[in-house]
Amino acid sequence: MKPRPFDYARPDSVEEALALLAEHGEEARVLAGGQTLIAMLNLRVVEPAILIDITRIAELDVIREADGKVEIGAAVTQSRLLAWPALASKLPLLAAALPSVGHFQTRNKGTVCGSIAHADPASEIPLALAVLGGEVVLRSQRGARVLAAAEFQRGILATARAGDELITAVRFPIVAGGAAFREVARRRGDFAIVGVAAVAERTGGIRIGVAGMVDRPAVSRINGALAIRDAIERLAWELEGYEDMHASARMRRDLLRRIGPVVVEEAIRCVA
Amino acid sequence: MRRLNRGTRARVNLTLNGRKVSGEAEARMLLSDFLRQVLGATGTHVGCEHGVCGCCTVLLDGAAVRSCLTLAVEVEGRAVTTVEALADGSGKLNALQQAFQSNHALQCGFCTPGILMSFTDFLGRNPDPSEAEVVEVLSGHLCRCTGYAGIVSAVLEAAGGRKRLP
Repeated sequence: MKPRPFDYARPDSVEEALALLAEHGEEARVLAGGQTLIAMLNLRVVEPAILIDITRIAELDVIREADGKVEIGAAVTQSRLLAWPALASKLPLLAAALPSVGHFQTRNKGTVCGSIAHADPASEIPLALAVLGGEVVLRSQRGARVLAAAEFQRGILATARAGDELITAVRFPIVAGGAAFREVARRRGDFAIVGVAAVAERTGGIRIGVAGMVDRPAVSRINGALAIRDAIERLAWELEGYEDMHASARMRRDLLRRIGPVVVEEAIRCVA
Repeated sequence: MRRLNRGTRARVNLTLNGRKVSGEAEARMLLSDFLRQVLGATGTHVGCEHGVCGCCTVLLDGAAVRSCLTLAVEVEGRAVTTVEALADGSGKLNALQQAFQSNHALQCGFCTPGILMSFTDFLGRNPDPSEAEVVEVLSGHLCRCTGYAGIVSAVLEAAGGRKRLP
């Protein structure tokens, strides 16, 4: 199918983009990589009055380090981050998870922030942001605000972004320690049925994040390497898992029980 | 700032296969339709139109992308490369195409243009790929004829053949 007609604007600066968002609000959609949005336009799942193409705003096409975090601008593609030479040392979790985001061909255009904005409960980048305790930077003509990942993602495809706000960047903390990621999907590149990410800090703290069980990434702490299996068993029952055409809740709990301990143990091994 | 209202067309200038071309497109026109219907480059095929099947894959500034998930207006001033660029003017197949032919990597050929473009980008970045890496890139394409084995052999042969060149 083809999209319904819409207006198109390609601002040259963040200020111009914010003016358009202030004018059109919920009627507008921000176009970055478009790897989900254009598919949704083609299927007429979304029918915006105007698309605001931010891909040529140079100040959004930036990866930079500041205050122990890596900030990734809204125009940075998943491929560009994957090719960033410092990725494996600064953000090993993303180095592990990004190859599972879509396909080679969609990562060339799809953006890191676009995946955060879309907020699919089974997707990898929101999971990584949640488990690392990252932040989302939002700007509007009213000002700027920074939200923790847990405050930003509110449910299935639902976020705290107001209609006039632009996600200008996301910030991933650089954690001293190990990280690991695994997912189970029907086919390579599909959304995960269940995805698990773990971070083991050098100071001893262990965090596990689970995607595909509830309406957003679920993050919890594990106290001590000995209690891993028990903690994941409790987590499986606590999250319960949802039922859809791909898997039953029981299958989701089982996948978490199987891949959860492997991922946590792998993260712990990476610390050493 | 560039602006285009619905129902109106704008001239889109781009470099297609090394040549400067232009054509008119509405904001909602997909790059896949723009290539085929406006610019007459029908080598790019259109399948699912939601980014899954991969047969519309083209290169945008050298990187493989889905032309059905790209708007024509997005490519203003940029370089698009399609399957038409691969064989030379006399129709002689390039090394990758030749390897597809010798390895029976296509039957109906509908998915082939997209697969060729993906591996044109990929082999440019990874001249000596493992079989697993080839399969990973191929996961972004659907082929209903070949069972994929011939495609994997063809890509590995093209990569190996390239290595023997001076």
